[in-house]
Amino acid sequence: MPIITYREALNQALREEMSRDDRVYLMGEEVGVYQGAYKVSKGLLEEFGENRVVDSPIAELGFAGIGVGSAMAGLRPVIEFMTWNFALLAIDQVVNSAAKMLYMSGGQYNVPIVFRGPNGAALQLGAQHSQAFESWLAHIPGIKVCSPGTPYDAKGLLKSAIRDDNPVVFLEGEMLYNTKGEVPEGEYLIPLGKADLKREGSDCTIVTSGKMVLVAMQVADQLAKDGVHLDVLDLLTIRPMDVEAIYASVRKTQRAVVLEEGWEICGIGAQVVDFIQRECFDHLDAPVLRVHQADVPMPYAKGLEKIAKPDAAKTIAAIKQVMYRA
Amino acid sequence: MATKIFMEALSPTMEEGRLVKWNMPEGAAVKSGDVLAEVETDKAVMELVARGDGVLRKQLVVEGTTAPVGSLVGVIAAADEDIAALVSGAAVPAPASAPSTPAAPAAVAPAAAAASAAANAAAPIAAPPAAPAPAAPAGTGPTRSSPLARRLARESGLDVGAIAGSGPGGRVIKRDIEAAMSGGGAATALSAVRRPPSAVGDFTDQPLSQIRKTIAKRLAESIGPIPTFYLTAEFDMTRAVEMRAQAAGLGDEFKVSVNDIVLKAVATALAAHPEVNAHWLGDKIRFFNRVHLGMAVATDDGLIVPVIFDADQKGLREISVESRALAAKARERKLTPEQYTGSTFSVSNLGMMQIDQFTAIINPPECGILAIGVLEDTPVVVDGAVAVRKRMRVTMSCDHRVIDGAVGARFLLDLRRMLENPLMLVF
Repeated sequence: MPIITYREALNQALREEMSRDDRVYLMGEEVGVYQGAYKVSKGLLEEFGENRVVDSPIAELGFAGIGVGSAMAGLRPVIEFMTWNFALLAIDQVVNSAAKMLYMSGGQYNVPIVFRGPNGAALQLGAQHSQAFESWLAHIPGIKVCSPGTPYDAKGLLKSAIRDDNPVVFLEGEMLYNTKGEVPEGEYLIPLGKADLKREGSDCTIVTSGKMVLVAMQVADQLAKDGVHLDVLDLLTIRPMDVEAIYASVRKTQRAVVLEEGWEICGIGAQVVDFIQRECFDHLDAPVLRVHQADVPMPYAKGLEKIAKPDAAKTIAAIKQVMYRA
Repeated sequence: MATKIFMEALSPTMEEGRLVKWNMPEGAAVKSGDVLAEVETDKAVMELVARGDGVLRKQLVVEGTTAPVGSLVGVIAAADEDIAALVSGAAVPAPASAPSTPAAPAAVAPAAAAASAAANAAAPIAAPPAAPAPAAPAGTGPTRSSPLARRLARESGLDVGAIAGSGPGGRVIKRDIEAAMSGGGAATALSAVRRPPSAVGDFTDQPLSQIRKTIAKRLAESIGPIPTFYLTAEFDMTRAVEMRAQAAGLGDEFKVSVNDIVLKAVATALAAHPEVNAHWLGDKIRFFNRVHLGMAVATDDGLIVPVIFDADQKGLREISVESRALAAKARERKLTPEQYTGSTFSVSNLGMMQIDQFTAIINPPECGILAIGVLEDTPVVVDGAVAVRKRMRVTMSCDHRVIDGAVGARFLLDLRRMLENPLMLVF
């Protein structure tokens, strides 16, 4: 099976979907001539032309709005934000137009749009360029939120997102674009709303998503050497969350840790914990713990940034705590 | 004027009683006739009734204690009366001293006795009759435990509060429950009183209940001294089963069981054979002219034999109703002594438990007992060919001091004729 990068996986997904359906088009900053800020759209302008790959000015609210309008008129736009930090300027279009149009029009206007771009921290990008937005977006009824952590998941989910007739928020990661993984040749889709068990074990559950999946798998492999075996549940889709998969795992292991990129207050993990305590109360041998970013704007200084971020060591400490081990 | 409360002989054969439950607390107002307590006698649970008016000033025995008949178990007096002199003369182990009666430190009900007896060695609960909890929780405040630990404890019948917790703040967690179940227990200095490894351990000790003591004593007096022999006969019950089915078809009030038919037949046969309807009285044999049939009933506590008086004079329906009522009462342990004494002969049926045949132990001073086995389709030879018939085996245990072989056999012949031709029961 071919091993490709996360970036190439996204490129293949875009290419395949744009070939399959000529209503699909890509718009964003530097997506065309520059081949993409992170080279995700490499070669697409050449293949599909200016009408299908549209370079936009630095005007997120503007091109997001054009995207929504074109979707309502029958096209299937993929709007790229250079990072989701910049998308704050466009969030009115995402939340108030895209998410609510179907409802407010009484079912008359679907908005088959995908908003995609890197989310969360990279390395020393500073406070304004390192925020994770899944919490903000998963809060809104009317949109779906995906966060793939591997090339295989990225391709399959993006294809499903583009084919979905409703707005999908697609969260990638600068740190993920270079990661490699096996991706089969040939057509495949990953359904939205289904989680994936990336490691299996019955000692403890880790619930996670996005780039934290790589940390979780690292932790699982390390602890397996000590005889502790974890269920690593990759949510893949944050909204709607695959709660049945969460319950099945927690009922088996009787203890859980949530590993997330964002901050503590009202983070995704808080929602996961709520689901678990409600449905798995009698199965819990310990409180559910969360591992997340420190409650500060992301530091620029290298050493401080490392301390602020969630990592394998903090995750292992949490797991040991819920297992009542030293 | 104070009234002493004694352990009374609540049944003719009672020698000691176990005070199961005080119905009123110290300080309660008492009138003559009020039920003070429930006492377990050799066979049943009886009420101990107040013989005077006043206030229940003192309960001298703790719930669960056994006291001999005649001992002082409490005092009723006026609220301000000085009863010091009366109390000091208590013949019964007072709660403050370590209970000398074996199996009953603070156990409440027989079910709890098993575990508590072994467990509470560390701290005999030396308080006036508090309802004894299985164990006091270690430390102050409610027990901390994970939801999972609580569920596992509940499912295993363990008390979470009695298990030492190894989690933060003394939280009882899954591994503590698992340890308790496997008999180890989390080794910790925290709790002094612990539930023992009861459910799954090497063995369980059960203190003798009154009924078990009585069965043991009485039947040991039977099989040793009584020279017993056994007669087994297999009856053809096809017609009896048919008769029962036909009767049932006539309506609900004609519904009887095969056992009822057997009881009626046995009673009728006994009326015709006083030589087996007798008591060995040591210096004489008493042959009875009336038939009082003992009917063995299995209860949770043990075997008890209520009596159907003048069973030969009663019709099938009456026997059926009475036998059902007595069995129910027996299981609730509410039989009065009059209801389980006075039988002239007994019947025991283990057919419903698929026993082919068995030898029952004679209930002295009776001289015989009939053990009934399972009724089932069996291949037999009829007129030279194999046929399937409903067959049932009975075994009669006979005291040879009263009954000879031929005498017993003749009785069984009559019984056979009646059961194989049940129409005879009408005549």
